[in-house]
Amino acid sequence: MADVLAFAEQRDGSLLGVAREAVWVAARLAEGLGGTAHALVLGAGDLADAAAELGRFGASSVLVGQHTALGEYNPDAYAPIVAEQVRSGNFGTVVFPATTTGKDLAPRVAALLDVPLATDVTGVEVEGGAIRIVRPVYSGKAFAELDIDASPTLLSIRPNVFQAEEGEGTATIASFEPAVDESSWTQRVVERKASGEGALDVAEATIIVSGGRGMKDPENWNVLEDLRDAIGDGVALGASRAVVDAGWRPHGEQVGQTGKTVAPKLYFALGISGAIQHLAGMRTSQTIVAVNKDPDAPIFNVADYGIVGDLFEVVPRLAEEIRALKARS
Amino acid sequence: MDVIVCVKRVPDTETRIKPSAAGTEIDSSGVKYILSPYDEFAVEAALRTVEAAGSGEVTLVTLGDAAGSETLRSGLAMGADKAILLEGSSTMDGLATAKALVAEIESADAQLVLLGVKAADDDQQQVGPMVGTLLGRACVTGVTSFTVTEDSVRCHREVEGGVEVVEASLPAVLTITKGTYEPRYASLKGIMAAKRKPMETKPAADVAARIAVRSLTSPPARAAGKIVGEGPDAVPELVRLLREEANAL
Repeated sequence: MADVLAFAEQRDGSLLGVAREAVWVAARLAEGLGGTAHALVLGAGDLADAAAELGRFGASSVLVGQHTALGEYNPDAYAPIVAEQVRSGNFGTVVFPATTTGKDLAPRVAALLDVPLATDVTGVEVEGGAIRIVRPVYSGKAFAELDIDASPTLLSIRPNVFQAEEGEGTATIASFEPAVDESSWTQRVVERKASGEGALDVAEATIIVSGGRGMKDPENWNVLEDLRDAIGDGVALGASRAVVDAGWRPHGEQVGQTGKTVAPKLYFALGISGAIQHLAGMRTSQTIVAVNKDPDAPIFNVADYGIVGDLFEVVPRLAEEIRALKARS
Repeated sequence: MDVIVCVKRVPDTETRIKPSAAGTEIDSSGVKYILSPYDEFAVEAALRTVEAAGSGEVTLVTLGDAAGSETLRSGLAMGADKAILLEGSSTMDGLATAKALVAEIESADAQLVLLGVKAADDDQQQVGPMVGTLLGRACVTGVTSFTVTEDSVRCHREVEGGVEVVEASLPAVLTITKGTYEPRYASLKGIMAAKRKPMETKPAADVAARIAVRSLTSPPARAAGKIVGEGPDAVPELVRLLREEANAL
Protein backbone atom coordinates (compact mmCIF):
# COMPACT_ATOMS: atom_id res chain seq x y z
CA MET A 1 0.00 0.00 0.00
CA ALA A 2 3.05 2.28 -0.09
CA ASP A 3 2.77 2.69 -3.84
CA VAL A 4 1.37 5.88 -5.31
CA LEU A 5 -0.59 6.30 -8.55
CA ALA A 6 -0.86 9.56 -10.50
CA PHE A 7 -3.61 10.11 -13.04
CA ALA A 8 -1.73 11.71 -15.95
CA GLU A 9 -4.30 13.63 -17.97
CA GLN A 10 -3.84 13.97 -21.71
CA ARG A 11 -5.73 16.13 -24.14
CA ASP A 12 -5.62 15.37 -27.87
CA GLY A 13 -2.80 12.92 -27.23
CA SER A 14 -0.53 15.38 -25.40
CA LEU A 15 0.11 15.29 -21.67
CA LEU A 16 -0.98 18.35 -19.71
CA GLY A 17 1.69 20.16 -17.69
CA VAL A 18 -0.18 19.25 -14.53
CA ALA A 19 0.17 15.55 -15.48
CA ARG A 20 3.92 15.94 -14.96
CA GLU A 21 3.26 17.77 -11.70
CA ALA A 22 0.98 14.95 -10.49
CA VAL A 23 3.61 12.34 -11.31
CA TRP A 24 6.31 14.39 -9.62
CA VAL A 25 4.16 14.75 -6.48
CA ALA A 26 3.43 11.01 -6.58
CA ALA A 27 7.17 10.29 -6.74
CA ARG A 28 7.89 12.56 -3.74
CA LEU A 29 5.13 10.84 -1.74
CA ALA A 30 6.29 7.37 -2.75
CA GLU A 31 9.80 8.22 -1.59
CA GLY A 32 8.47 9.25 1.80
CA LEU A 33 6.21 6.22 2.10
CA GLY A 34 8.83 3.71 0.99
CA GLY A 35 7.02 2.73 -2.19
CA THR A 36 7.18 3.46 -5.89
CA ALA A 37 5.32 5.94 -8.11
CA HIS A 38 3.24 4.93 -11.10
CA ALA A 39 1.21 6.84 -13.65
CA LEU A 40 -2.02 6.02 -15.43
CA VAL A 41 -2.71 7.44 -18.89
CA LEU A 42 -6.02 6.84 -20.67
CA GLY A 43 -6.66 7.74 -24.29
CA ALA A 44 -7.38 6.60 -27.80
CA GLY A 45 -4.28 7.11 -29.93
CA ASP A 46 -0.66 6.18 -29.54
CA LEU A 47 0.32 7.32 -26.06
CA ALA A 48 3.65 5.51 -25.72
CA ASP A 49 5.81 8.62 -26.24
CA ALA A 50 3.75 10.70 -23.86
CA ALA A 51 3.96 7.90 -21.32
CA ALA A 52 7.72 7.43 -21.68
CA GLU A 53 8.25 11.07 -20.74
CA LEU A 54 6.70 10.47 -17.32
CA GLY A 55 9.69 8.34 -16.29
CA ARG A 56 11.76 11.49 -16.16
CA PHE A 57 9.36 12.95 -13.60
CA GLY A 58 9.63 9.93 -11.32
CA ALA A 59 7.19 7.26 -12.51
CA SER A 60 8.71 3.79 -12.33
CA SER A 61 5.94 2.44 -14.53
CA VAL A 62 3.21 3.90 -16.68
CA LEU A 63 -0.07 2.07 -17.15
CA VAL A 64 -1.38 2.98 -20.58
CA GLY A 65 -5.03 2.19 -21.21
CA GLN A 66 -5.98 2.55 -24.85
CA HIS A 67 -9.43 2.29 -26.33
CA THR A 68 -11.12 4.11 -29.20
CA ALA A 69 -13.82 5.31 -26.80
CA LEU A 70 -11.30 7.00 -24.47
CA GLY A 71 -10.08 9.77 -26.78
CA GLU A 72 -12.28 12.31 -25.08
CA TYR A 73 -13.13 12.27 -21.42
CA ASN A 74 -16.41 10.64 -20.50
CA PRO A 75 -16.95 10.02 -16.77
CA ASP A 76 -18.95 6.85 -17.38
CA ALA A 77 -15.94 5.39 -19.22
CA TYR A 78 -13.08 6.80 -17.17
CA ALA A 79 -14.22 6.50 -13.54
CA PRO A 80 -14.68 2.69 -13.44
CA ILE A 81 -11.34 2.12 -15.20
CA VAL A 82 -9.43 4.34 -12.78
CA ALA A 83 -11.15 2.77 -9.76
CA GLU A 84 -10.31 -0.70 -11.05
CA GLN A 85 -6.65 0.20 -11.62
CA VAL A 86 -6.38 1.61 -8.10
CA ARG A 87 -7.86 -1.57 -6.67
CA SER A 88 -5.90 -4.05 -8.74
CA GLY A 89 -2.63 -2.16 -8.27
CA ASN A 90 -3.25 -1.97 -4.53
CA PHE A 91 -2.26 1.71 -4.48
CA GLY A 92 -2.31 3.44 -1.11
CA THR A 93 -2.38 6.98 -2.51
CA VAL A 94 -3.79 8.43 -5.71
CA VAL A 95 -2.96 11.88 -7.10
CA PHE A 96 -5.29 13.58 -9.61
CA PRO A 97 -4.86 16.95 -11.32
CA ALA A 98 -7.47 19.50 -10.18
CA THR A 99 -8.41 20.40 -13.74
CA THR A 100 -12.00 20.48 -15.00
CA THR A 101 -11.64 16.80 -15.87
CA GLY A 102 -9.85 15.94 -12.63
CA LYS A 103 -12.50 17.72 -10.57
CA ASP A 104 -15.19 15.74 -12.37
CA LEU A 105 -13.38 12.40 -12.26
CA ALA A 106 -11.78 12.20 -8.80
CA PRO A 107 -15.04 12.45 -6.79
CA ARG A 108 -16.58 9.64 -8.85
CA VAL A 109 -13.54 7.42 -8.29
CA ALA A 110 -13.67 8.27 -4.57
CA ALA A 111 -17.36 7.27 -4.42
CA LEU A 112 -16.66 4.01 -6.30
CA LEU A 113 -13.82 3.18 -3.90
CA ASP A 114 -15.78 4.43 -0.88
CA VAL A 115 -13.02 6.74 0.34
CA PRO A 116 -12.95 10.50 0.94
CA LEU A 117 -11.12 12.98 -1.27
CA ALA A 118 -9.13 16.18 -0.73
CA THR A 119 -9.32 18.47 -3.75
CA ASP A 120 -7.25 21.37 -5.09
CA VAL A 121 -4.39 20.55 -2.73
CA THR A 122 -1.52 23.06 -2.60
CA GLY A 123 0.75 21.31 -0.11
CA VAL A 124 1.39 17.64 0.50
CA GLU A 125 4.22 15.74 2.14
CA VAL A 126 4.93 12.64 4.16
CA GLU A 127 5.60 13.24 7.83
CA GLY A 128 6.30 10.31 10.12
CA GLY A 129 4.76 7.86 7.66
CA ALA A 130 1.53 9.87 7.36
CA ILE A 131 0.45 12.11 4.51
CA ARG A 132 0.03 15.73 5.50
CA ILE A 133 -2.31 17.64 3.20
CA VAL A 134 -2.85 21.39 2.99
CA ARG A 135 -5.57 22.94 0.86
CA PRO A 136 -7.08 26.40 0.51
CA VAL A 137 -10.62 26.98 1.77
CA TYR A 138 -12.90 30.01 1.48
CA SER A 139 -11.27 30.62 -1.92
CA GLY A 140 -7.87 30.99 -0.34
CA LYS A 141 -8.87 33.21 2.57
CA ALA A 142 -7.63 30.38 4.82
CA PHE A 143 -5.67 27.15 4.55
CA ALA A 144 -6.74 23.87 6.14
CA GLU A 145 -4.39 21.09 7.14
CA LEU A 146 -6.19 17.77 6.96
CA ASP A 147 -6.04 14.33 8.52
CA ILE A 148 -7.54 11.66 6.30
CA ASP A 149 -8.44 8.40 7.94
CA ALA A 150 -8.94 6.17 4.90
CA SER A 151 -6.99 4.07 2.45
CA PRO A 152 -6.37 4.65 -0.35
CA THR A 153 -5.86 8.36 0.24
CA LEU A 154 -7.20 10.36 -2.72
CA LEU A 155 -6.18 13.92 -3.53
CA SER A 156 -6.16 16.31 -6.46
CA ILE A 157 -3.46 18.93 -6.85
CA ARG A 158 -3.91 22.51 -8.01
CA PRO A 159 -2.14 23.13 -11.34
CA ASN A 160 1.02 25.31 -11.38
CA VAL A 161 1.64 25.06 -7.63
CA PHE A 162 4.10 22.16 -7.61
CA GLN A 163 7.24 22.72 -9.66
CA ALA A 164 7.91 19.38 -11.34
CA GLU A 165 11.62 18.74 -11.81
CA GLU A 166 12.75 16.66 -14.72
CA GLY A 167 15.27 13.93 -13.93
CA GLU A 168 16.95 11.02 -15.69
CA GLY A 169 14.58 8.20 -14.76
CA THR A 170 12.90 5.84 -17.17
CA ALA A 171 9.56 4.11 -16.80
CA THR A 172 8.43 0.72 -17.97
CA ILE A 173 5.29 0.91 -20.07
CA ALA A 174 2.46 -1.48 -19.26
CA SER A 175 -0.26 -1.26 -21.90
CA PHE A 176 -3.69 -2.65 -21.27
CA GLU A 177 -6.97 -2.61 -23.11
CA PRO A 178 -9.64 -1.47 -20.71
CA ALA A 179 -13.18 -2.78 -20.87
CA VAL A 180 -15.54 -0.05 -22.08
CA ASP A 181 -19.27 -0.69 -22.28
CA GLU A 182 -20.67 2.23 -24.24
CA SER A 183 -24.22 0.87 -23.95
CA SER A 184 -24.14 1.60 -20.21
CA TRP A 185 -23.20 5.27 -20.62
CA THR A 186 -25.70 7.69 -19.17
CA GLN A 187 -24.24 10.72 -20.91
CA ARG A 188 -22.21 11.73 -23.91
CA VAL A 189 -20.71 14.86 -25.38
CA VAL A 190 -22.63 15.83 -28.53
CA GLU A 191 -20.78 19.04 -29.32
CA ARG A 192 -17.63 20.96 -28.39
CA LYS A 193 -17.17 24.66 -29.02
CA ALA A 194 -13.81 26.33 -28.50
CA SER A 195 -13.91 29.85 -27.06
CA GLY A 196 -11.88 32.07 -29.38
CA GLU A 197 -9.00 30.79 -31.48
CA GLY A 198 -7.38 28.31 -29.11
CA ALA A 199 -7.73 30.70 -26.19
CA LEU A 200 -5.93 29.38 -23.14
CA ASP A 201 -7.97 28.86 -19.99
CA VAL A 202 -7.19 31.16 -17.10
CA ALA A 203 -6.76 28.19 -14.74
CA GLU A 204 -4.04 26.66 -16.94
CA ALA A 205 -2.06 29.75 -17.87
CA THR A 206 1.42 30.50 -16.53
CA ILE A 207 0.83 34.23 -17.03
CA ILE A 208 -2.52 36.01 -16.62
CA VAL A 209 -3.44 39.48 -17.86
CA SER A 210 -6.53 40.50 -15.89
CA GLY A 211 -8.76 43.52 -16.30
CA GLY A 212 -11.31 45.17 -14.04
CA ARG A 213 -13.63 48.16 -13.87
CA GLY A 214 -10.74 50.49 -14.65
CA MET A 215 -10.90 49.21 -18.22
CA LYS A 216 -14.00 51.41 -18.49
CA ASP A 217 -15.50 49.69 -21.54
CA PRO A 218 -15.50 46.18 -23.02
CA GLU A 219 -14.20 47.68 -26.27
CA ASN A 220 -10.96 48.52 -24.48
CA TRP A 221 -9.96 44.88 -24.04
CA ASN A 222 -7.86 45.15 -27.18
CA VAL A 223 -5.28 46.85 -24.93
CA LEU A 224 -5.05 43.70 -22.80
CA GLU A 225 -5.10 41.42 -25.83
CA ASP A 226 -2.14 43.32 -27.20
CA LEU A 227 -0.20 42.83 -23.95
CA ARG A 228 -1.10 39.14 -24.02
CA ASP A 229 0.17 38.81 -27.58
CA ALA A 230 3.35 40.73 -26.74
CA ILE A 231 4.22 38.30 -23.95
CA GLY A 232 3.65 35.25 -26.13
CA ASP A 233 2.69 31.68 -25.22
CA GLY A 234 1.00 30.49 -22.06
CA VAL A 235 -0.85 33.74 -21.42
CA ALA A 236 -4.58 33.93 -20.68
CA LEU A 237 -6.93 36.83 -20.12
CA GLY A 238 -8.63 37.12 -16.74
CA ALA A 239 -11.34 39.37 -15.36
CA SER A 240 -12.70 40.68 -12.08
CA ARG A 241 -16.19 39.79 -10.92
CA ALA A 242 -17.41 43.36 -11.56
CA VAL A 243 -16.73 43.17 -15.28
CA VAL A 244 -18.14 39.65 -15.58
CA ASP A 245 -21.31 40.68 -13.77
CA ALA A 246 -21.54 43.69 -16.08
CA GLY A 247 -21.49 41.29 -19.03
CA TRP A 248 -18.21 42.67 -20.41
CA ARG A 249 -16.35 39.36 -20.19
CA PRO A 250 -17.36 35.66 -20.03
CA HIS A 251 -17.59 33.93 -16.66
CA GLY A 252 -14.85 31.50 -17.70
CA GLU A 253 -12.35 34.35 -17.28
CA GLN A 254 -13.45 35.35 -13.78
CA VAL A 255 -10.76 35.15 -11.11
CA GLY A 256 -11.79 35.04 -7.45
CA GLN A 257 -14.53 33.58 -5.30
CA THR A 258 -17.43 32.46 -7.55
CA GLY A 259 -14.82 32.36 -10.33
CA LYS A 260 -11.52 30.55 -10.60
CA THR A 261 -8.69 30.43 -8.12
CA VAL A 262 -5.38 30.73 -9.93
CA ALA A 263 -1.69 30.46 -9.15
CA PRO A 264 0.25 31.62 -12.21
CA LYS A 265 3.90 32.56 -12.33
CA LEU A 266 2.96 36.15 -13.17
CA TYR A 267 -0.37 37.95 -12.64
CA PHE A 268 -1.14 41.39 -14.07
CA ALA A 269 -4.02 43.14 -12.26
CA LEU A 270 -4.94 46.03 -14.52
CA GLY A 271 -7.62 48.46 -13.42
CA ILE A 272 -8.59 46.04 -10.63
CA SER A 273 -9.07 47.67 -7.23
CA GLY A 274 -8.69 44.40 -5.31
CA ALA A 275 -11.98 43.40 -3.69
CA ILE A 276 -11.47 40.76 -0.98
CA GLN A 277 -13.04 38.06 -3.10
CA HIS A 278 -10.74 38.82 -6.04
CA LEU A 279 -7.63 38.82 -3.85
CA ALA A 280 -8.68 35.43 -2.49
CA GLY A 281 -8.55 34.00 -5.99
CA MET A 282 -5.12 35.24 -7.04
CA ARG A 283 -3.02 35.86 -3.98
CA THR A 284 -1.05 32.61 -4.38
CA SER A 285 0.35 33.86 -7.71
CA GLN A 286 4.15 33.89 -7.65
CA THR A 287 4.55 37.49 -8.83
CA ILE A 288 1.78 40.10 -8.92
CA VAL A 289 1.92 43.35 -10.89
CA ALA A 290 -0.76 46.00 -10.38
CA VAL A 291 -1.52 49.08 -12.41
CA ASN A 292 -4.14 51.39 -10.93
CA LYS A 293 -4.65 55.11 -10.87
CA ASP A 294 -5.71 55.02 -7.21
CA PRO A 295 -2.56 54.74 -5.03
CA ASP A 296 -4.73 53.52 -2.13
CA ALA A 297 -6.30 50.64 -4.05
CA PRO A 298 -6.11 47.44 -1.93
CA ILE A 299 -4.53 45.59 -4.86
CA PHE A 300 -1.23 47.34 -4.04
CA ASN A 301 -1.18 45.53 -0.68
CA VAL A 302 -0.67 42.18 -2.40
CA ALA A 303 1.22 43.35 -5.50
CA ASP A 304 4.96 42.77 -5.68
CA TYR A 305 5.30 45.63 -8.15
CA GLY A 306 2.90 48.49 -8.69
CA ILE A 307 2.60 51.39 -11.04
CA VAL A 308 0.26 54.23 -10.15
CA GLY A 309 -1.13 55.69 -13.32
CA ASP A 310 -3.50 55.58 -16.22
CA LEU A 311 -3.53 52.03 -17.52
CA PHE A 312 -4.29 53.25 -21.05
CA GLU A 313 -0.87 54.89 -21.01
CA VAL A 314 0.98 52.29 -18.95
CA VAL A 315 -0.22 49.05 -20.55
CA PRO A 316 0.57 49.91 -24.21
CA ARG A 317 4.04 51.02 -23.07
CA LEU A 318 4.41 47.72 -21.20
CA ALA A 319 3.53 45.76 -24.34
CA GLU A 320 6.04 47.83 -26.29
CA GLU A 321 8.87 47.29 -23.76
CA ILE A 322 8.19 43.57 -23.58
CA ARG A 323 8.29 43.32 -27.38
CA ALA A 324 11.62 45.16 -27.37
CA LEU A 325 12.92 42.82 -24.68
CA LYS A 326 11.87 39.74 -26.67
CA ALA A 327 13.50 41.16 -29.81
CA ARG A 328 16.80 41.58 -27.93
CA SER A 329 16.87 38.13 -26.36
CA MET B 1 -41.45 17.59 -13.07
CA ASP B 2 -40.14 17.52 -9.49
CA VAL B 3 -36.68 18.87 -8.75
CA ILE B 4 -34.56 18.48 -5.62
CA VAL B 5 -31.90 21.09 -4.85
CA CYS B 6 -29.18 20.36 -2.29
CA VAL B 7 -28.03 23.59 -0.65
CA LYS B 8 -25.53 24.73 1.96
CA ARG B 9 -25.24 27.55 4.43
CA VAL B 10 -21.87 29.32 4.10
CA PRO B 11 -20.23 32.55 5.28
CA ASP B 12 -20.98 35.53 3.02
CA THR B 13 -18.32 35.67 0.32
CA GLU B 14 -17.56 39.28 1.27
CA THR B 15 -16.70 38.20 4.82
CA ARG B 16 -13.20 38.28 6.23
CA ILE B 17 -12.28 34.81 7.39
CA LYS B 18 -10.40 34.45 10.67
CA PRO B 19 -9.42 31.15 12.28
CA SER B 20 -10.90 30.61 15.74
CA ALA B 21 -8.75 30.41 18.86
CA ALA B 22 -8.90 26.61 18.73
CA GLY B 23 -7.49 26.90 15.22
CA THR B 24 -9.56 24.21 13.53
CA GLU B 25 -12.55 26.25 12.37
CA ILE B 26 -13.41 29.84 11.60
CA ASP B 27 -14.26 32.45 14.16
CA SER B 28 -17.96 32.82 13.39
CA SER B 29 -18.52 35.93 15.53
CA GLY B 30 -19.90 38.70 13.39
CA VAL B 31 -19.95 36.46 10.32
CA LYS B 32 -23.07 36.73 8.19
CA TYR B 33 -24.21 33.45 6.65
CA ILE B 34 -25.87 33.07 3.27
CA LEU B 35 -27.15 30.46 0.87
CA SER B 36 -23.99 29.46 -1.07
CA PRO B 37 -23.95 31.53 -4.31
CA TYR B 38 -23.63 28.46 -6.55
CA ASP B 39 -26.61 26.90 -4.78
CA GLU B 40 -28.59 30.05 -5.55
CA PHE B 41 -27.94 29.40 -9.24
CA ALA B 42 -29.18 25.83 -8.71
CA VAL B 43 -32.37 27.02 -6.97
CA GLU B 44 -32.99 29.48 -9.80
CA ALA B 45 -32.44 26.72 -12.40
CA ALA B 46 -34.87 24.45 -10.54
CA LEU B 47 -37.56 27.15 -10.37
CA ARG B 48 -37.23 27.88 -14.09
CA THR B 49 -37.41 24.16 -14.92
CA VAL B 50 -40.61 23.66 -12.97
CA GLU B 51 -42.09 26.87 -14.38
CA ALA B 52 -41.30 25.72 -17.93
CA ALA B 53 -42.81 22.28 -17.26
CA GLY B 54 -45.96 23.89 -15.90
CA SER B 55 -46.16 21.53 -12.95
CA GLY B 56 -44.03 19.99 -10.25
CA GLU B 57 -42.36 20.95 -7.02
CA VAL B 58 -38.96 22.20 -5.97
CA THR B 59 -37.71 20.63 -2.74
CA LEU B 60 -34.66 21.97 -0.93
CA VAL B 61 -32.46 19.71 1.17
CA THR B 62 -29.62 20.76 3.43
CA LEU B 63 -27.31 19.00 5.86
CA GLY B 64 -26.24 20.96 8.91
CA ASP B 65 -27.25 22.35 12.25
CA ALA B 66 -30.51 24.08 13.17
CA ALA B 67 -29.32 27.38 11.66
CA GLY B 68 -29.74 25.73 8.26
CA SER B 69 -33.46 26.47 8.53
CA GLU B 70 -32.66 30.15 7.92
CA THR B 71 -30.87 29.23 4.68
CA LEU B 72 -33.75 27.01 3.62
CA ARG B 73 -36.19 29.87 4.25
CA SER B 74 -34.26 32.10 1.87
CA GLY B 75 -34.57 29.43 -0.84
CA LEU B 76 -38.27 29.05 -0.09
CA ALA B 77 -38.62 32.83 -0.37
CA MET B 78 -37.18 32.60 -3.89
CA GLY B 79 -40.03 30.26 -4.72
CA ALA B 80 -39.13 26.68 -3.73
CA ASP B 81 -42.10 24.68 -2.41
CA LYS B 82 -40.76 22.80 0.58
CA ALA B 83 -37.60 22.07 2.49
CA ILE B 84 -35.91 19.34 4.47
CA LEU B 85 -33.28 20.01 7.12
CA LEU B 86 -31.11 17.00 7.82
CA GLU B 87 -29.66 17.70 11.22
CA GLY B 88 -26.10 16.52 11.39
CA SER B 89 -22.62 17.78 10.85
CA SER B 90 -21.42 19.00 7.54
CA THR B 91 -17.67 18.43 7.28
CA MET B 92 -14.85 18.59 4.76
CA ASP B 93 -15.60 14.90 3.97
CA GLY B 94 -17.80 15.33 0.91
CA LEU B 95 -18.45 11.60 0.66
CA ALA B 96 -20.03 11.59 4.13
CA THR B 97 -22.17 14.56 3.05
CA ALA B 98 -23.12 12.84 -0.20
CA LYS B 99 -24.16 9.68 1.68
CA ALA B 100 -26.37 11.65 4.07
CA LEU B 101 -28.03 13.45 1.14
CA VAL B 102 -28.47 10.24 -0.84
CA ALA B 103 -30.13 8.50 2.14
CA GLU B 104 -32.79 11.21 1.98
CA ILE B 105 -33.25 11.66 -1.76
CA GLU B 106 -32.77 8.19 -3.25
CA SER B 107 -36.41 7.18 -2.76
CA ALA B 108 -37.80 10.53 -3.97
CA ASP B 109 -39.40 10.63 -7.38
CA ALA B 110 -37.49 13.64 -8.73
CA GLN B 111 -36.12 13.54 -12.27
CA LEU B 112 -33.50 16.12 -11.47
CA VAL B 113 -31.24 16.66 -8.49
CA LEU B 114 -29.36 19.96 -8.66
CA LEU B 115 -26.45 21.23 -6.58
CA GLY B 116 -24.16 24.22 -6.82
CA VAL B 117 -20.91 23.26 -8.54
CA LYS B 118 -19.21 23.75 -5.19
CA ALA B 119 -19.85 25.22 -1.77
CA ALA B 120 -18.28 28.63 -1.23
CA ASP B 121 -16.70 27.57 2.09
CA ASP B 122 -14.84 24.26 1.72
CA ASP B 123 -14.47 24.60 -2.06
CA GLN B 124 -14.13 20.82 -2.28
CA GLN B 125 -16.25 20.63 -5.46
CA GLN B 126 -17.09 16.96 -5.06
CA VAL B 127 -20.49 16.33 -3.47
CA GLY B 128 -22.45 16.52 -6.77
CA PRO B 129 -20.55 13.82 -8.70
CA MET B 130 -20.40 11.70 -5.53
CA VAL B 131 -24.21 11.90 -5.19
CA GLY B 132 -24.54 11.00 -8.88
CA THR B 133 -22.20 8.02 -8.53
CA LEU B 134 -23.86 6.74 -5.34
CA LEU B 135 -27.29 7.01 -6.98
CA GLY B 136 -26.01 5.39 -10.18
CA ARG B 137 -27.45 8.24 -12.21
CA ALA B 138 -26.07 10.44 -14.96
CA CYS B 139 -24.21 13.40 -13.51
CA VAL B 140 -23.03 16.45 -15.45
CA THR B 141 -20.84 18.98 -13.63
CA GLY B 142 -20.25 22.71 -14.13
CA VAL B 143 -23.49 23.24 -16.05
CA THR B 144 -24.19 26.82 -17.19
CA SER B 145 -27.57 26.08 -18.80
CA PHE B 146 -29.72 23.07 -19.59
CA THR B 147 -32.97 22.09 -21.26
CA VAL B 148 -35.08 19.10 -20.32
CA THR B 149 -36.73 16.91 -22.92
CA GLU B 150 -38.91 13.87 -22.32
CA ASP B 151 -36.23 11.44 -21.19
CA SER B 152 -33.03 13.41 -21.34
CA VAL B 153 -31.38 16.66 -20.41
CA ARG B 154 -29.12 18.68 -22.70
CA CYS B 155 -26.47 20.58 -20.77
CA HIS B 156 -23.93 23.25 -21.62
CA ARG B 157 -20.88 22.90 -19.45
CA GLU B 158 -17.77 25.00 -19.03
CA VAL B 159 -14.51 23.24 -19.80
CA GLU B 160 -10.98 24.53 -20.25
CA GLY B 161 -10.98 26.74 -23.31
CA GLY B 162 -14.56 26.20 -24.39
CA VAL B 163 -18.01 24.80 -23.92
CA GLU B 164 -19.28 21.22 -24.17
CA VAL B 165 -22.81 20.20 -24.93
CA VAL B 166 -23.64 17.00 -23.05
CA GLU B 167 -26.73 14.90 -23.48
CA ALA B 168 -27.62 12.91 -20.34
CA SER B 169 -30.42 10.48 -19.56
CA LEU B 170 -32.96 11.21 -16.86
CA PRO B 171 -33.06 10.96 -13.91
CA ALA B 172 -29.89 13.00 -13.60
CA VAL B 173 -27.77 14.96 -11.15
CA LEU B 174 -26.44 18.33 -12.35
CA THR B 175 -24.05 20.74 -10.68
CA ILE B 176 -24.73 24.33 -11.65
CA THR B 177 -22.30 27.19 -12.09
CA LYS B 178 -22.58 30.85 -12.94
CA GLY B 179 -24.00 31.47 -16.40
CA THR B 180 -27.65 31.61 -17.26
CA TYR B 181 -29.26 31.32 -13.87
CA GLU B 182 -28.92 34.76 -12.32
CA PRO B 183 -30.89 34.23 -9.10
CA ARG B 184 -34.10 36.17 -8.65
CA TYR B 185 -34.58 38.38 -5.61
CA ALA B 186 -37.07 37.15 -3.08
CA SER B 187 -40.11 39.44 -3.14
CA LEU B 188 -41.73 40.60 0.07
CA LYS B 189 -44.65 38.35 -0.80
CA GLY B 190 -42.22 35.47 -1.31
CA ILE B 191 -40.59 36.11 2.06
CA MET B 192 -43.99 36.14 3.79
CA ALA B 193 -45.09 32.99 1.95
CA ALA B 194 -41.85 31.18 2.87
CA LYS B 195 -42.79 31.33 6.55
CA ARG B 196 -45.80 29.12 5.90
CA LYS B 197 -44.16 26.64 3.54
CA PRO B 198 -43.53 23.13 4.86
CA MET B 199 -40.15 22.51 6.42
CA GLU B 200 -39.30 19.11 7.82
CA THR B 201 -36.47 18.60 10.28
CA LYS B 202 -35.05 15.16 10.89
CA PRO B 203 -31.79 13.62 11.99
CA ALA B 204 -29.31 13.00 9.18
CA ALA B 205 -28.19 9.45 8.43
CA ASP B 206 -25.31 8.65 10.71
CA VAL B 207 -22.21 8.73 8.51
CA ALA B 208 -18.81 9.20 10.14
CA ALA B 209 -16.51 11.77 8.54
CA ARG B 210 -13.07 10.49 7.66
CA ILE B 211 -11.50 13.87 7.02
CA ALA B 212 -10.69 16.05 10.00
CA VAL B 213 -9.26 19.55 10.00
CA ARG B 214 -6.07 19.51 12.06
CA SER B 215 -5.50 23.22 11.71
CA LEU B 216 -6.93 26.23 9.95
CA THR B 217 -4.60 29.14 9.34
CA SER B 218 -4.68 32.47 7.56
CA PRO B 219 -2.73 32.58 4.33
CA PRO B 220 0.86 33.74 4.69
CA ALA B 221 0.99 37.50 4.26
CA ARG B 222 2.66 38.56 1.05
CA ALA B 223 5.82 40.54 1.63
CA ALA B 224 5.20 44.22 1.12
CA GLY B 225 5.57 45.10 -2.51
CA LYS B 226 6.96 48.22 -4.00
CA ILE B 227 5.50 51.00 -6.07
CA VAL B 228 7.88 51.11 -9.00
CA GLY B 229 6.74 54.57 -10.04
CA GLU B 230 4.05 56.63 -11.63
CA GLY B 231 2.80 56.56 -15.20
CA PRO B 232 4.35 55.03 -18.32
CA ASP B 233 7.85 56.27 -17.44
CA ALA B 234 7.99 53.60 -14.73
CA VAL B 235 7.51 50.81 -17.27
CA PRO B 236 11.16 50.16 -18.26
CA GLU B 237 12.11 49.73 -14.60
CA LEU B 238 9.13 47.40 -14.08
CA VAL B 239 10.20 45.25 -17.01
CA ARG B 240 13.77 45.14 -15.71
CA LEU B 241 12.55 44.04 -12.24
CA LEU B 242 10.24 41.40 -13.73
CA ARG B 243 13.12 40.00 -15.72
CA GLU B 244 16.05 40.30 -13.32
CA GLU B 245 14.54 40.24 -9.84
CA ALA B 246 11.35 38.21 -10.21
CA ASN B 247 12.61 36.08 -13.10
CA ALA B 248 9.06 36.19 -14.41
CA LEU B 249 9.54 37.29 -18.01
